[in-house]
Amino acid sequence: MAALTTTEPETGSAPPAARPPRKLGFSQTLSRWDVKVSPYLYISPFFILFALTGLFPLAYTAVVSVYEWNLLGGQGDFVGLQNYVDVLNQPTFWKSLVNTFSIFLLSAVPQVIIAITLAALLDQNLRNATFWRMGVLVPYVVAPIAVSLIFGRLFADQFGLINGFLGVLGLDPVGWHSDRFASHIAIATMVNYRWTGYNTLIFLAAMQAVPRDLYEAATIDGAGRVRQFFSVTVPQIRATIIFVVITASIGGLQIFDEVKLYDVYGQGGSDRQWMTTVLFLYEVAWGNQRDLGRAAAVAWILFLIILVIGFINFRFSTKIASSGTKAPKVSRAVTRRLLAEARAAGEESAARRGVQQSTTTTDRSDS
Amino acid sequence: MSSVAAAAQGAGKGAAKAAARRRARRQKRHGESAVRRPGWITYTVLGIALVISAFPLYYTLLLGSSDQVTISQEVLPQLLPDASIFERFADVMGNSQVNFWLALANSVIISVTISVATVLTSTLAGFSFAKLRYPGRNALLVFVIATMAVPTQLGVIPMYILMSEIGWVGKIQAVIVPALVSAFGVFWMTQYLDSALPFELIEAARVDGASMFRTFWSIALPAARPAAAMLGLFIFVMQWTMFFWPSIVLGSQNPTLPIAVQNLTAGYHDDYSLIMAGVFLVTLPLLIIFAVIGRQLVAGIMQGAVKG
Repeated sequence: MAALTTTEPETGSAPPAARPPRKLGFSQTLSRWDVKVSPYLYISPFFILFALTGLFPLAYTAVVSVYEWNLLGGQGDFVGLQNYVDVLNQPTFWKSLVNTFSIFLLSAVPQVIIAITLAALLDQNLRNATFWRMGVLVPYVVAPIAVSLIFGRLFADQFGLINGFLGVLGLDPVGWHSDRFASHIAIATMVNYRWTGYNTLIFLAAMQAVPRDLYEAATIDGAGRVRQFFSVTVPQIRATIIFVVITASIGGLQIFDEVKLYDVYGQGGSDRQWMTTVLFLYEVAWGNQRDLGRAAAVAWILFLIILVIGFINFRFSTKIASSGTKAPKVSRAVTRRLLAEARAAGEESAARRGVQQSTTTTDRSDS
Repeated sequence: MSSVAAAAQGAGKGAAKAAARRRARRQKRHGESAVRRPGWITYTVLGIALVISAFPLYYTLLLGSSDQVTISQEVLPQLLPDASIFERFADVMGNSQVNFWLALANSVIISVTISVATVLTSTLAGFSFAKLRYPGRNALLVFVIATMAVPTQLGVIPMYILMSEIGWVGKIQAVIVPALVSAFGVFWMTQYLDSALPFELIEAARVDGASMFRTFWSIALPAARPAAAMLGLFIFVMQWTMFFWPSIVLGSQNPTLPIAVQNLTAGYHDDYSLIMAGVFLVTLPLLIIFAVIGRQLVAGIMQGAVKG
């Protein structure tokens, strides 16, 4: 607490002598206002802009969704829930919803498994550790839209590299574009390509925060590498796994870029076999229908779905998390590691910070 | 290709040094006995992961240095890229439909402006949340964290209506202004300043008569530099690769680089060689940046992971 309130009387240029009944000088009044208002002033850009460009549009989507609202003609009559009825009656909407979930599951599950495996491999005493870490992160800097085009070609039905490879193995070519499920696999592969390395590093960070004496204890108890992985590592990074799954589901249900240019027509395939819900929304609003009202209904339905899934995730994860991870210990250990790293990098004030960290922690606890 | 290889080599050298440092530290921590080198299986699996990471980009380069007819008949037109890729690059750059230079300029302006502004607004808010005490602080911080889970992308329709009302459709401020703040950024800087900026320094500045803003500018901002750099880097990558909203509000006439790629597919959807050259060209700037500061990006993700 204390920090600023205690300093307050000393601010300004007042002499330290005690003269109790005294009018405040202008600069002191100013300084007092400075202390009172500044904190709110500093956070206001975020709240104002977020309210304007984040919350308001989301809420206003509900308003748009109950009007007839054309892209060119603008706002029309109030139609109640008609837009919702229309959307729910369109088979393409349901198809897109199924596609979205299918692609999401096909990407999230393998991605988490591969990322944890890679992280476990990286969490060893490797030569050139940074080189390997950078290596897995390369796909992250490739724009999703570029990934979409590249993989659209790799997974081409004819003269695609993947089918060519299958041919070498003596297998039949797969209709990566024409077959519904195969196209979902191809698109999930794009998502995995871009995000697995990123999540690997997140898992790696969590693994490095696991206290090493746990492994020593496990070794003494006779646990092998694999057993240690399942009995020590995985339980210890549970919170991080949940974090990754939640972010993946929020993002995965809004997938758009990867599907947009999977073929050059950008409409989710001839039979809409890989059209996702956000692509459907885009098509309704800016494609053929030009119906913003109906598109808003799609957005709002999807929003509710994400909300529900987020809530399930949350309930599920608090249940898991409450069964005993050592979160505070973990984060402290990492802070220490980061401080050490910063110090090694020759950062000026780092040494001082190391000492002062303990003071800030105590400070925090009584605030 | 050669540039990528060279860059990777350069990065490898820096990486080696860092790894050596880390090794030394780890040995100190565990004592000599605990250190065990992983076997060849580890390196093989990681090597495969690396090949999978890099191969699609290499393949892009191969298709780009081939030509339309060849790649419509052969799966793997050649094994090495050749100089004809540069002609393709020139084709992409000179194409009037693609608007490459305009797209590049737009991408640079948008990404740089948003990165700088987001770092500033986030640091300012982070300073307030981490180091100042006032009523409502905790509740507001919880609100910020909660907003990270809000799929704001779904608000595109009213955003589009709003932008067309104020005449911003097709103008880059329609992309820039909504992105000037970031909940993730605020949270990130709050976390960092909370541990990195001692209260004593702030008190000292206040005793010396510095105003709040002066305290922020001269004390908090310099202290936040490492985290601010990482945040800036993230936002930059995010904005550079952003497609959904820019493609809606900017359209093909005033493109960013990802939109330029789409323009390429719209006009030349049978010339996959040209498209792939364009894809590589658009990816190249970030690859170069990554080669130079990828280490920081790695560190940033790992740091954000445990704190986020």
